[in-house]
Amino acid sequence: MDILSQYSMILLVLACVFGFFMAWGVGANDVANAMGTSVGSKAITVKQAILIAMVFEFLGAYLAGGEVTSTIRKGIIDPMIMADTPHYLVYGMLAALLSAGTWLAIASARGWPVSTTHSIVGAIVGFAAFGIGFDTVSWGKVGNIVMSWVVSPLLAGTISYMLFVSVQKLILQQDNPYERAKKYIPFYMFAVGFLISMVTFLKGLKHVFKDIGMSLSMGESMFYSAIVGGIVAVFGAYLLSRIKRDETREKNDRFYNVERVFAILMVFTACAMAFAHGSNDVANAVGPLAAIVNVISTGVVGAKSAMPSWILLLGGLGIVAGLATFGFKVMATIGKKITELTPSRGFAAELGAASTVVVASYFGLPISTTHTLVGAVLGVGLARGIGALNLNVIGGIFLSWLVTLPAGAIMAIAFFSLFKVIFGA
Amino acid sequence: MRSTVSDLFGKSPIKPLQQHMTAVIECSNELTNFVDAAIHDDWEKAEASYNTIRDLEHRADDMKRQFRLDLPSSLFLPVPRTDLLEMVTLQDKIANGARDIAGTMLGRQMQVPEAIREDFVNFVASSLHVAHQAHTAINELDELLESGFKGKEITIITEILDQLDSKEGLADDAERAIRRKLLAIEEEIPAIKAMFLYKIIDKIGDLSNRAQRVGSRMQLFMAR
Repeated sequence: MDILSQYSMILLVLACVFGFFMAWGVGANDVANAMGTSVGSKAITVKQAILIAMVFEFLGAYLAGGEVTSTIRKGIIDPMIMADTPHYLVYGMLAALLSAGTWLAIASARGWPVSTTHSIVGAIVGFAAFGIGFDTVSWGKVGNIVMSWVVSPLLAGTISYMLFVSVQKLILQQDNPYERAKKYIPFYMFAVGFLISMVTFLKGLKHVFKDIGMSLSMGESMFYSAIVGGIVAVFGAYLLSRIKRDETREKNDRFYNVERVFAILMVFTACAMAFAHGSNDVANAVGPLAAIVNVISTGVVGAKSAMPSWILLLGGLGIVAGLATFGFKVMATIGKKITELTPSRGFAAELGAASTVVVASYFGLPISTTHTLVGAVLGVGLARGIGALNLNVIGGIFLSWLVTLPAGAIMAIAFFSLFKVIFGA
Repeated sequence: MRSTVSDLFGKSPIKPLQQHMTAVIECSNELTNFVDAAIHDDWEKAEASYNTIRDLEHRADDMKRQFRLDLPSSLFLPVPRTDLLEMVTLQDKIANGARDIAGTMLGRQMQVPEAIREDFVNFVASSLHVAHQAHTAINELDELLESGFKGKEITIITEILDQLDSKEGLADDAERAIRRKLLAIEEEIPAIKAMFLYKIIDKIGDLSNRAQRVGSRMQLFMAR
């Protein structure tokens, strides 16, 4: 207790700095993976991608990031075990942030396919299990999280497969794909609008509505989401109506104009992707921060206090800062390598991944957006949609799981011990 | 800078396959110039033309080799890898055939008798038409991928392949016609020269057969 009051300011500042750094890293690097598909298919420019990411990552984090944040903050470990030593929880969460950040920096420099989510979860489990006690970890919950890492790419792959097959059947394999595309694409836009507003109404607005004493039932949420989806679809249909069919280009490439129509749809799915990413991955940075702030401000572990919104705000700002400084360059590089993906494929992959991630955010499961997107792209590939996919990547992902979890854990234990030495046990 | 998502995307084999076919067609098209020079006994011009054919055939060969190198078995493809490898081999054989025809004619400075000259030019042209039609079919591959190997695009390609068959039929007709005329005058030609004329007719006929085989391979891409 003395330690906490003695060093409260410096610990709080450290937590904010580490948390912000982590969010910055997510913005600089991780977002590029999520948005690169849109840039690569030339549906949007890098500048537009950055703008979309800034707005929708922030909205996703702020409106729908609460559940995953709470999992990271108090779901993976049982904080009550540390009731007598609240400063251990602060050290541990600081160590987790620092080790995950360090590991990500090393991995990005080497080009390893490492996930932010896996590093932070590995780090938290590591410091709790070996720094404090094996029982501190809620192994059941951790088991669920690990399961979700396997399930999420499979689910995203299935959704994307079905989306793309529906596009083939309804549009691409028809005699008049251009007219068909204009007719059916607003329905996919509706799905995008419905999905995002549904999650926002059900989960995200909880802390916004609470202040003004309002809450929505499931039915009401669906109703309002349908309205938002309808507005999105009408707006999208208006954008589609402004496309002028280029007949000369169509002579060489029958699908030239069809892809232009899909490119408009991809602007919408890019927004969904950014929103989904924000809702899930920002928690990696702000979850530990929230736990630290909670302990320091109340002096005890597990005091029932709502997470202050400024923490989510800080995470959102960190991402925006990462995008503004480095994300620009990374996205341009990645986009240049994904030129084989056309909008009709890219949208299916993005929508499949985004809906999976958003559902995971709803259940408070921290998953890897990147790995989910890989699953989604493979789903489109299974529908014979993509020229060539490199299956080596899958092996790399499994390998990164095996390495990241222990690496994050070992570093977290080291930093944890270091903090004990610096600030006192 | 590497990323998991961008690493996932391999180089699509479709465009390189089409580019290889374009190179093959450029090579065999030069045969028109070569034959024109040869039947006018202009062997200097014919040799220059042969050199062009040889260089273009080399280029197609290099592209074929690169195509194979770019197709490691770790790639997940919308069409079987073996079919793609087979296809590039078949395409390449068209260019090899063109070079073989020009090489044999140049080496022996073969004279095409006046009586069959017109038929000879027609025969070469109709054989090349078959190759062009195969090229048209290969050019539909990207659209076939785009539409997911089903629907309207199948109808379009089936039509192209039907035309390929009828053009191959025309080349067969031209071959029969020239053989009949050659048979009528073969007594007037030294035996060895006649023998080699038959041989070159065989090779020109082969060229169209090879082009047609490219088309039948296309059907395998669709049938799955």
